[in-house]
Amino acid sequence: MAEIFVDQDRGDAGSAKGQALQLFLRNRAAVFGLLLLITVFVMTFIVPIWYVRDPGDLIARPHLRPGTDGAPFLGTDNLGRDLLAVIVYGGRTTLRVAAGAAVLIVAVGVTIGSVAGYYGRWVDAALMRFTEFFQVLPGLLFAIVVVALFEPSFWTITFAIGSVSWPGIARLTRAEFLRLKNLEFVKAARAIGASDFRIITRVILPNALPTLIVSSTLIMGSAILFEAGLAFLGLADVNSPSWGLAIGRGRETFTINWWAVTFPGLAIFATVLGLSLVGDGLQDAFNPKLRGR
Amino acid sequence: MKAIAARIAQALGLVLAVIVLNFFLIQIAPGDAATAIAGEQSASDAEIIEEIRAQYGLDKPLLTQLGIYIGNVARGDLGNSIWFNEPVTDLLMERIWPTVLLSAAALGFALILGVTVGTLAARKPDSLVSHSITVLALVGFAMPAFWTGLLLLILVGVNFDFFPVSGFHDLDFEGNWFESWLDIGQHLILPALTLGIIYLAQYSRLSRASMLEVLESDYVRTARAKGLSERSVIFKHGLRNGIIPVVTILGLQFGAVLSGAILVESVFAWPGLGRLAFEAVGRRDTPVLLGVLLLVSVSVIVANLLTDLVYRLIDPRIRVSGGTNG
Repeated sequence: MAEIFVDQDRGDAGSAKGQALQLFLRNRAAVFGLLLLITVFVMTFIVPIWYVRDPGDLIARPHLRPGTDGAPFLGTDNLGRDLLAVIVYGGRTTLRVAAGAAVLIVAVGVTIGSVAGYYGRWVDAALMRFTEFFQVLPGLLFAIVVVALFEPSFWTITFAIGSVSWPGIARLTRAEFLRLKNLEFVKAARAIGASDFRIITRVILPNALPTLIVSSTLIMGSAILFEAGLAFLGLADVNSPSWGLAIGRGRETFTINWWAVTFPGLAIFATVLGLSLVGDGLQDAFNPKLRGR
Repeated sequence: MKAIAARIAQALGLVLAVIVLNFFLIQIAPGDAATAIAGEQSASDAEIIEEIRAQYGLDKPLLTQLGIYIGNVARGDLGNSIWFNEPVTDLLMERIWPTVLLSAAALGFALILGVTVGTLAARKPDSLVSHSITVLALVGFAMPAFWTGLLLLILVGVNFDFFPVSGFHDLDFEGNWFESWLDIGQHLILPALTLGIIYLAQYSRLSRASMLEVLESDYVRTARAKGLSERSVIFKHGLRNGIIPVVTILGLQFGAVLSGAILVESVFAWPGLGRLAFEAVGRRDTPVLLGVLLLVSVSVIVANLLTDLVYRLIDPRIRVSGGTNG
C-alpha cells in the first residue's frame, strides 16, 4: 500500500525513506524482530515444500517425547500426530486469518476515521458514536458469540476479529486527519480545486501513513492472539490445524505431554513478539523524537 | 453538571444499543427459536411449534418483539437457560463473583507492583530495572494468556502441591469461613498471576513514562528545592500526578480484562462468567451466551462512565473543556 500513496514529486521523499531504513537497521531489537518474522515465514511457507506431511496423519504412538526413539523432531501430540507438521501447517491458518483480519480492520478503520476527521461536525459526531459502540463491546466475548452463532470458518473468524478491532485504527486516523487537515499544503490543494476524495486519499493520507503502518503491525499481532484464543477455546475450523487449536488439544494431557502445549505457544509468542519489535522499530525510525517512551 | 448529564445520557444510549444488538444477534442467528424450544420438550408437531411461537410472542412483528425484549431486559429478565432451565439472570449473578474476584486480584497485583517498579525505574532511567521493563512489556504482550497459564501449571502447579491446579474450592473442603477464604485464595494465586502479568507489563511501562515526565516538572523541582525528603517528593508530589494515566487506562481496559479472564478461567476451571460463556458455546445455550455478552458490555460501559466521572473530579482541566477528545 505504501508505494501507491507516496508523492512522486517530493524530492526529499527518497532520502527520508533511506534515513528511516538506516535508523531501523541500526536498531538491534527491531532487526531481531525482523529475523523472528523471517523465521516464521520460512517455517510456514518454505519448509512445507520439502517437509511434506499431512498434519492430520497419526504417524506414531501418542505422547512421544522429542528426542526419543522413533519420535519426530518435536515429538507427537495426544493422538500421535507429528507436532512439527502441526506447527508448520498450522501457521498458515493462523497467519491467513490474522492477515485477513488486519486488512479488514485497516480498511474499515481508515475509511471511518478519515471521513470523520475530514468532514468533522455532525458526520464526525455520528461516526464517533458508532465507533464508541464497538469500543465498549468486550472484544473476545463478542467474537466468541459471533463465531458460536454462525459456525467457525475462515470468514466468520476473520469477520469476528475484524469487527471488534477497528475502533483503535479509526480513532488514530481521525486524530491524524484533525492534525493535518488545516495545514498549508492541504489548503493549497483545496485552493487549486482538488476534490475531497483526492485530498483525503492523495494529500492527507500519505502523511498519516507512518503512524498507520506502525499500528497495523501491532494490530496483526493482536489479531494473531485473538485467533489463537478463539482456536484454543475450540472456536476454529477443526479441519485446518492452527497453533491455538494445537494448544487447546494438548491442554487435556499437559501433565504428561508438555511439549504439545509449549511449542505451538512458542510459535505464537515468536510471531507476535517479532511484529511488536518491528512495529516499535518502525515507530522509532519514522519518529526518532519519541524514542524510548 | 451539563457535561456530566450528557455523559450519563450517552452511556444509557450505549446500553440501549447493546440490547438492540443482542436482539438482532438472536434474530439473524441460524436456527429457529421456537423449534429449539420445542426440541427441548421433545415435541415436533407443527401445531405445538405454532403454540410456542404465540406463547413467546415470536409471531408478532419484529419491532414489537424488540419492544418486548427491551422491556424484559429492563426488568432483569434475560430468558431461561436452555441447558439448566433456570433464569439466565440467576446464573449470571451466581457466576459474577468469581470473575470479579479474579479480575480485582489480577488488577490489584498488576497495579501495585507495576507502579512501584515503574516509579523505581523512572528514578534511574538507565538501570537494569528500567531496561527489563521494556523487555517485560514486549514479552507480556506477546504471550497468549492461556499459554502463560498452562506454562505456569506445568512449571509450578504440577511440581508443588501448594498450588491447586484448577477450580475455586477443594472438592472435599470443610472448615469455617476463614479457612474457606484461605482455600479460595490458594486457588486464586495462579489464575490471578496469569491474568495480572499482561497488565503488570503495561502498567510498569506506563507509570515509568508518566513518572519520567512528572519528575522533570517544575513543581517537583520546587518540592526538591524546598528541601523535602526524596520520599515525600516522589510519593506525595510525584506519584499523585504520575498515577493518573495509569488509573485512566485501568478503567478503560475493563473490557479487555474481562475478555482475558474468559481464557484464564477456561485454563484453570475457574467458575466465573468466562467459563459460563465457554460452556454455553459447547451446550448451544444461546440465551446464556448472550446474557454474558450483555452483562459484560454493560459493566464496561459503567466502568468507562465511572472512570470519566472520577477523572473529571481529579483533573479540573477536563471539567472546563468538557468531553474526552479522540
